[in-house]
Amino acid sequence: MNENKKIKLFINNKPIEVEEGTTILQAAQKMDIEIPTLCYHSLLEPYAACRVCVVERKMGEKVDLATSCNTEVKEGMEVFTDSEKAVNARKMNIELLMARAPAAEPVQEIAQKMGIEKTPFEIKDPTEKCILCGLCVRCCEEVVQANAIGFVDRGLEREVSPPFGEPSEDCIGCTACAFFCPTEAITYEDLHERKIIHEEMDLGPSKAIRVPLRQAVPMVPFVDEESCIHFKTGGCQLCEKVCEKEAVNHEAEEKEIELDVGTVILASGFKTFDSKRIPPYNYGRLDNIISGLEFERMVNASGPTGGEIRMTNGEKPQSVGLVHCVGSRDENYNQYCSRVCCMYSLKFAHLIAENTDADIYDFYIDMRCFGKGYEEFYHRLLEEGTKFIRGRVSEITDIPLSEKEEGKLIIRVEDTLMDTVRRVPVDMVVLATGLEPNEDQTELARMFNITTSQDGFFLERHPKLAPVSTASDGVFLAGACQGPKDIPDTVGQAGAAASEALALADKGTFELEPITAEIDEEVCAGCQLCIGLCPYTAISYDKEKGVSVVEEALCKGCGTCVSACPSGASQQKHFRDQQIMAEIEGIFIE
Amino acid sequence: MGNQSFDPRLVGFLCNWCSYTGADLAGTSRMTYAPNLRIIRVMCSGRVDPQFILKAFKEGADGVLVSGCHPGDCHYQEGNYKALRRHRLLSNMLEQMGIEKERFRLEWVSAAEGAKFQKVCNEFTEQIRKLGPLNMNGGKNEQTEA
Amino acid sequence: MSKQKPKVAFYWCSSCGGCEESIVDLAEDILKVTDAVDIVFWPVALDFKRKDVEAMEDNSIDVSFINGAVRLSEQQEMVELLRKKSKMVVAHGSCAHMGGIPGLGNFWNKETIFHRAYHTTPSTDNPDGTVPLEKTKVDGKELSLPRFFDTVRSLDQVIDVDYYLPGCAPPRDIIMNAVQAILKGELPPKGSVLSPNKSLCDDCDRNDSKPEKLAISEIKRPWEVELDPEKCFLAQGVLCMGPATRTGCGERCIEANMPCRGCFGPTDQVYDQGAKFLSSIASILDTDDEKEIEKIVNTIVDPAGTFYRFSLPASTLRRKKMEAIK
Ligand code: SF4
Ligand code: SF4
Ligand code: SF4
Ligand code: FES
Ligand code: FES
Repeated sequence: MNENKKIKLFINNKPIEVEEGTTILQAAQKMDIEIPTLCYHSLLEPYAACRVCVVERKMGEKVDLATSCNTEVKEGMEVFTDSEKAVNARKMNIELLMARAPAAEPVQEIAQKMGIEKTPFEIKDPTEKCILCGLCVRCCEEVVQANAIGFVDRGLEREVSPPFGEPSEDCIGCTACAFFCPTEAITYEDLHERKIIHEEMDLGPSKAIRVPLRQAVPMVPFVDEESCIHFKTGGCQLCEKVCEKEAVNHEAEEKEIELDVGTVILASGFKTFDSKRIPPYNYGRLDNIISGLEFERMVNASGPTGGEIRMTNGEKPQSVGLVHCVGSRDENYNQYCSRVCCMYSLKFAHLIAENTDADIYDFYIDMRCFGKGYEEFYHRLLEEGTKFIRGRVSEITDIPLSEKEEGKLIIRVEDTLMDTVRRVPVDMVVLATGLEPNEDQTELARMFNITTSQDGFFLERHPKLAPVSTASDGVFLAGACQGPKDIPDTVGQAGAAASEALALADKGTFELEPITAEIDEEVCAGCQLCIGLCPYTAISYDKEKGVSVVEEALCKGCGTCVSACPSGASQQKHFRDQQIMAEIEGIFIE
Repeated sequence: MGNQSFDPRLVGFLCNWCSYTGADLAGTSRMTYAPNLRIIRVMCSGRVDPQFILKAFKEGADGVLVSGCHPGDCHYQEGNYKALRRHRLLSNMLEQMGIEKERFRLEWVSAAEGAKFQKVCNEFTEQIRKLGPLNMNGGKNEQTEA
Repeated sequence: MSKQKPKVAFYWCSSCGGCEESIVDLAEDILKVTDAVDIVFWPVALDFKRKDVEAMEDNSIDVSFINGAVRLSEQQEMVELLRKKSKMVVAHGSCAHMGGIPGLGNFWNKETIFHRAYHTTPSTDNPDGTVPLEKTKVDGKELSLPRFFDTVRSLDQVIDVDYYLPGCAPPRDIIMNAVQAILKGELPPKGSVLSPNKSLCDDCDRNDSKPEKLAISEIKRPWEVELDPEKCFLAQGVLCMGPATRTGCGERCIEANMPCRGCFGPTDQVYDQGAKFLSSIASILDTDDEKEIEKIVNTIVDPAGTFYRFSLPASTLRRKKMEAIK
């Protein structure tokens, strides 16, 4: 078949030229002529099950009806999409479908458009939605290639079902069938339990092909092998099909890329504190105790609840407790302040107030609103009616001591302003989890020859004079890998790190510390003991002169070779034997 | 031997990147510790020449500490391993010279371990206090007493 | 030095006599020397008494060559006397230079040495337990012996020394060069060691046999291995003090297939020969493992004795701590 062969035809008396193999439906769509469809989907093979797309066609003398979704065009064909014959046939089909699946909205819509009020046929089940379009079966077969569902029975008893009506073992739970179903006869809720599981909500179900985050550079999607259907069944690859640029390639493999660079900025970030480490808070054990990040995900409009604040039973909470300093400022976990939790808790309080009518309780040790505009925001919250309780929460429990605590989460706290221990029953608790160094922080530090400070975050060269530099020349720090910080601080620091790195790259040269080793060739015997000791292979043997020589650009000035040189020929500038000896004498002068 | 009124004189050779910074941290964190250790900064524990240790003992030190980064963490990759090797051999030799091994101590203190530095200082001071003064005078007194 | 021949004195303290021998060994050169100089004091060869020296005018001797370490009060008195009478004093040989082999006595003290020498050596036959005393009465007369110090000292720890002739004993060339320099008056600055300021590897034929990265994983004693006569000793795992020892000896030991023991002492930059060598050796051990390090290090049975074979009294600590001697 010649792919490029053009075919000329007429639709509703208008001429059009399309490629051979095009269906009538596609040709009509090109001309913006609307033909209603139900079982058609551009990504699946046409199936012609609903027969709603029926049109009248004339080929020479022969006039008949055809389903436009699966009928290919022919030279000289004349098509009438809205001829009386076609419309009547379509009406009949819709009426049949209305009888079969009275609850299917798309059928209703088309019926309405066509002016059909009710079906003359007998309605079997008024709640039925399935129109037997087969989209689900085809997608499972063609796209997902899991073959988990099919049609059973025939005629009026026909229905969609997994084999033998049992939940299928072949089902990979991809929910693609629900995605394709035009009438919501299959829904996500059928596939997943209706309950909202906060704990697993952290990043919710994500698309298998997606841009990692909105600020990603480069801003291109990647295929997440964990979720991608193709990597489970070998099928699908829909994304490859729809991408006109043919940029998706499922065969691509992970590659390690080595780059030679002169400067490096470490911006490896942080991890959040795992609240399970505080057993009395019962995080992960009791429902409706969620972490800051989980809450953040929930209130996100693209999150699993569409931005609604919901408890696990799907209802709005009547009262919410916000607990500060979870894992921070606590000798048992991290001594430092995580610096962002007070402010994000306040933000949460504000969002909850906006979203619900819940009573909001905010439990804090101190309110650390140090940034620009932060204190003002706190005051706004005070006015908005959030109840602030000063004191560290000791326990979150579900064991009630009174009737009003029944079915609630009870926050136990010492209110240090009222000098009393309180129990505050709430529906939902949001823990302001702190920031911690990443698990591989020390490994990374070792790799770059830098150190971490007591809190485990990377240590800057000097807290005031070189806050983005490290002990290794050319390695700079940005963001929370150096210590907890909020976004403005991170952006500021990142800018500084970038410009330091650029300045260095631009200069193209390093300034060495003047503490390198030097070998006095008058004294060096060329014994070469020092050579193997240098971790930077900065020393070499000059055979002609019979002495060893230090390459100053390579020497970092550890002084190891100096201490090992048996003849004292090697000396470290500013740390000469003589100088250190004098120092030793000096410190004994009373 | 243990003498509470004896105030040991200790010398510490601390590497710039870890131990000296750790000591600094102890200071900036306002940790109090025995004031007996007098510190000499070197770039790396690998710079500590056994000649310095002997010199310190000769000048009147009752104990000498060499402190560097933890193994694997040396800013210069492996200087501290050289320090470790020298420490072991020198300890053997010091014993032959009548200097107890306890008086020559090697410790790994990272830049983050202000508290460890404090502990090392206190412990070392106490330990040397118990051992008593070293009085390493090279037999000088004896010649003049006719 | 126009008419009069320069006046020269030789004296020995605590030494084996090898250094005296080194002078005699100059063979026919000695005649040139004796021609050129006037020997005014040489107890080993010529009959002079202490009172002869006492009778000399101060600074009347041009050079005194003194060998041996200072172990006895008599030696101290004699070297002090010679210093007064001499314009220049040369420490002759390792013992005068650094204490030498007698200096190893600094691991002990008088009491323990006497106990060993007069009571416990296998060859001791001393049923009465007699020990030398500084003063004894014999037939009503008081006899005296020099005092035996607890600590051996190098010459410069007792008197001011102008030059050093290193070596056990100093080889002929070194002595002849020194004598020539003295006669010509072409001497380096006071306090110099009269031998090149480089270590032995500089002159050692075996230096080229060193591997690119010298590392020792096992330390062997010379008798434990069949020594390759061409290969650097360190590369064979045998401790050679050559890298930490001043050159000028003519590699006598190396040529005899024996590692350097360090008799020439360190170069000028080094404060403590033993400590410096210890540092080098420890640095090139081929392991980072603590246990392994200890294992290797413990195979050096007597590090102090090995590293300070010739230089204990001149070392930083000079001696074993007295109170620690049992
Ligand atoms: S160790 Fe010292 S003497 Fe030996 S080659 Fe190196 S610098 Fe020269
Ligand atoms: S000082 Fe350190 S870095 Fe420099 S040459 Fe010596 S061993 Fe190498
Ligand atoms: S270490 Fe000893 S054998 Fe090796 S080159 Fe030096 S002097 Fe010669
Ligand atoms: S759309 Fe053509 S038959 Fe359903
Ligand atoms: S830099 Fe700390 S031990 Fe080397």
